[in-house]
Amino acid sequence: MAEAPTVEALLERLLERDRSAVAPALNLVDDRRTEPARAANELLDRLEAALYESDPGRRRVGLTGAPGAGKSTLLDALVRRLRSQGETVGVVAVDPSSRRTGGALLGDRVRVRSSARDDGVFFRSMAARDRLGGLAEGTRAAATVLEAVFDVVLVETVGVGQSEGDVQPLVDTLTYVAQPGAGDLLQFMKAGILELPDVFVVNKADQGAAAQRTLRELEAGLGLGASHEDGWRAPVVAVSARDGTGIDALLEALAAHHAHQAESGRRAERRRQGRDAFVRGALQHRYGSHGMAALGGEPALLARLEGDANATGFGLVQELGREIEEALAKPRPRRP
Amino acid sequence: MVDKAGTDRDRPWVFRTYSGHSSAEASNALYRTNLAKGQTGLSVAFDLPTQTGYDADHPLARGEVGKVGVPVAHLDDMEALFREIPLDRMNTSMTINATAAWLLALYVAAAERQGVAPEALRGTTQNDIVKEYLSRGTYVFPPEPSIRLISDMVAYTVHAIPSWNPINICSYHLQEAGATPVQEIAYAMANAIGVLDAVRDRGDVPDDVIPQVFARISFFLNAGIRFVEEICKARAMAELWDELGRDRYGVTDAKLRRFRYGVQVNSLGLTEAQPENNVIRIVLEALGVTFSKKARCRALQLPAWNEALGLPRPWDQQWSLRIQQILAYETDLLEYEDLFDGSHVVEARTEELRKEAKEELDRVLAMGGAVAAVENAYMKQRLVESHTRRVRAIESQEQTVVGVNAFTEAEPSPLVEGEQSILVVDDSAEREQVERLRAFRSRRNQADVDTALRGLRDALSNGDNVMPPSIRAAHAGVTTGEWSDTLRDLYGEYRAPTGVSAQGAAAGDDGMQDVRERVGALADRLGRPLKILVGKPGLDGHSNGAEQIAVRARDVGMEVVYEGIRLTPEEIARSARDEGVHVIGLSILSGSHGVLVLDVLEALRSDGTDVPVVVGGIIPDDDAERLLEAGVKRVYTPKDFDLGRIMDEVVDVVEETAGLG
Repeated sequence: MAEAPTVEALLERLLERDRSAVAPALNLVDDRRTEPARAANELLDRLEAALYESDPGRRRVGLTGAPGAGKSTLLDALVRRLRSQGETVGVVAVDPSSRRTGGALLGDRVRVRSSARDDGVFFRSMAARDRLGGLAEGTRAAATVLEAVFDVVLVETVGVGQSEGDVQPLVDTLTYVAQPGAGDLLQFMKAGILELPDVFVVNKADQGAAAQRTLRELEAGLGLGASHEDGWRAPVVAVSARDGTGIDALLEALAAHHAHQAESGRRAERRRQGRDAFVRGALQHRYGSHGMAALGGEPALLARLEGDANATGFGLVQELGREIEEALAKPRPRRP
Repeated sequence: MVDKAGTDRDRPWVFRTYSGHSSAEASNALYRTNLAKGQTGLSVAFDLPTQTGYDADHPLARGEVGKVGVPVAHLDDMEALFREIPLDRMNTSMTINATAAWLLALYVAAAERQGVAPEALRGTTQNDIVKEYLSRGTYVFPPEPSIRLISDMVAYTVHAIPSWNPINICSYHLQEAGATPVQEIAYAMANAIGVLDAVRDRGDVPDDVIPQVFARISFFLNAGIRFVEEICKARAMAELWDELGRDRYGVTDAKLRRFRYGVQVNSLGLTEAQPENNVIRIVLEALGVTFSKKARCRALQLPAWNEALGLPRPWDQQWSLRIQQILAYETDLLEYEDLFDGSHVVEARTEELRKEAKEELDRVLAMGGAVAAVENAYMKQRLVESHTRRVRAIESQEQTVVGVNAFTEAEPSPLVEGEQSILVVDDSAEREQVERLRAFRSRRNQADVDTALRGLRDALSNGDNVMPPSIRAAHAGVTTGEWSDTLRDLYGEYRAPTGVSAQGAAAGDDGMQDVRERVGALADRLGRPLKILVGKPGLDGHSNGAEQIAVRARDVGMEVVYEGIRLTPEEIARSARDEGVHVIGLSILSGSHGVLVLDVLEALRSDGTDVPVVVGGIIPDDDAERLLEAGVKRVYTPKDFDLGRIMDEVVDVVEETAGLG
């Protein structure tokens, strides 16, 4: 295997938006061995810090929905349209891992046919592996690397309720893809996370009456709930990824959400919340409630997150992690 | 029929050999020799560029021209293919699907040049797009326009070429993809219903012609080595077909409800080890589809004994033709009524298959029919599952394959000694075809071509039948690539679901624990789980092998990127780098491994991607040697049936490359 590039070199190339640095950077941030993991964390910390200052035009969009909702076809149509508008696109697609064997089949999806010769598209598939925290951490790292180089980052996951909660903190706009037929919608409403997505898509609009019914149900369902805290009302867009209808309307809805966030100052705030959720999740995952207690519990964590408003998520996980490890290593002071 | 000895005999089925290679001229010579040897019909194998709608000079055609069949790019090619073969007296079967309307148009135009009217033509266009999505992989357009093209051809031929079979519903490839007999029957019937419903609902033919349309639907079956069950399968299909005609389509004339089918006996079960044994397999499989008069095939093509080794030579094909002739002319098979009527064993098994198939058929119909069950991957997933079970049964020796997993002790076969035990297509075939194509393009009238292509586009946009403007285009000098591009522009291109993702690993002790542990241990040393790219470069769509590798790799704990068929070497190289894989597995069955594998290696090198490559396919020893010299790490051929061992070696390769070996 070729010599691994240094963190310094990778960082420089990524910030120059050098496409050829993306794959080695993604390989590095996926590496669990001690030394590469340390290097990866340094890279991600510095990259995220640089991105705080970066062009607010760049954005991360999550695409989630039940299996069979047609997310991949929709993704394909979205990438084509974005490319035709001159925007570069990085895609990270997460597929489930087999619980029993740890193996995974990735990329059983429609791929963007033009991508082989188009440097403006990058596709990386990932296995969810052990889902607790794993999905959020790996996906966040990949999205951070891709965001350095591409205008739009699309994160595709199979949503069966919980993963929306995992993906939401790491994207600026969460899109939920429903298909005609109310079954999955009902599940979704039961799960009580109807308020998470920023944009709803009813795919397969070419199926006529069934799609119209789902559209109406969704609109009615959303009408019952309150709009998002920042005054955004999630629109419902009917598309047919197959024949391309509604793709423009969807892009407009995504752009409208982006503009709304920029105006309301909500984008920065949401990224902060996303960072906090990530830090909390990662620490929980690594050290459990015992570790959190050693840090001083939730109030202490909140204070630290408040205080370090400009620190990156990756940096905080590293720093607080070290503190937890030290605290756990210390003998407990005996009370008199 | 009364033979020379005065015995009352049935007329034999049509004898065919699936053949074609290199060029129209070379294939024509082969056809005429075969006919002189007593073959009674022709079965045209087209090369992959022709099947997928590319001219020989298209980048995707590289390495594939003239390989698995004959290249036919324009009317002169078609004319040369049938030179001195009077088309009014020939029964021609064409294995052509996505571009079937175009090849039929060329055939009609070539007949007209011979002075033969379309009404006089007899033959079959395979034209079954559903099984292309499921197994064979030479689809081009999405399901909806594909079905429209089929419906157009049905509507056209029922009047203009009344003895033509516009579609041959293929259960053959379903069995190759893993189908059990029940699945083979059910999915073929679902497919036929999809076509018939489309023709009926589109109103392309008047209602009173539907019985004629029903009667023109023929089938193409596979005959496997379990030949008793195969007899029952054909009988069950005949019964179900009769039932469908009567109940679903109101066909009152029993003659029009006859189940008509042709057969290619199983090529998948032919072994590379002790290949002479294949002759016995072929004979038994041929018996399975001729034994029962009630369910006897109308046409039969037998593979050659050495197909698992490479392309058969004329002598190899002759040997298979002789099997048919001995069966039909020497034995007393054709002197009797049905031998199995009244056999309670055969009748019970037939009824069992019919009943189970009907249930599975109803499931598919309930989810919206064959096209819906392609798009939601239901049928494909069922097939991949069955195939996985079959592969495992052979590995675990639960299913005996003589010479492969049992009785492997053998003398060297004198039949495979020597240099030329298979046919090698001359590398000049591609260059010469490109030259002929360019010469043809320069001598035709471009204005006529432009007008014809505009006419084709307008007709399709208006919803008119595809056949008349295609026949005009054939006469005007349009090429296969141009015709197909026009349709690609209108309809777009389709990629079918691969069917590998949904199912879980088999439970219990599957004998893979050791490999799984190695994969797990290697992940710790690599820093992340072993990631493999399984890719099929080129136009070959036979994805069953690649799918089995993908499923097994997942089951031993690898993370598998599988992107389906028809990838260019550049796409594979880019995917390998972007996805960060540790190893690439390529599968190629079309014989174009020489060019395509080297192109992948070159694309990787020029990208600076240092990822090892292993290759599987029908690859002769000499070629394997060359690939290894070029840098391929391992080469696998059909005799490597033990997927567990292949996985173990993939781990070796990754360890060696990472310097962890």
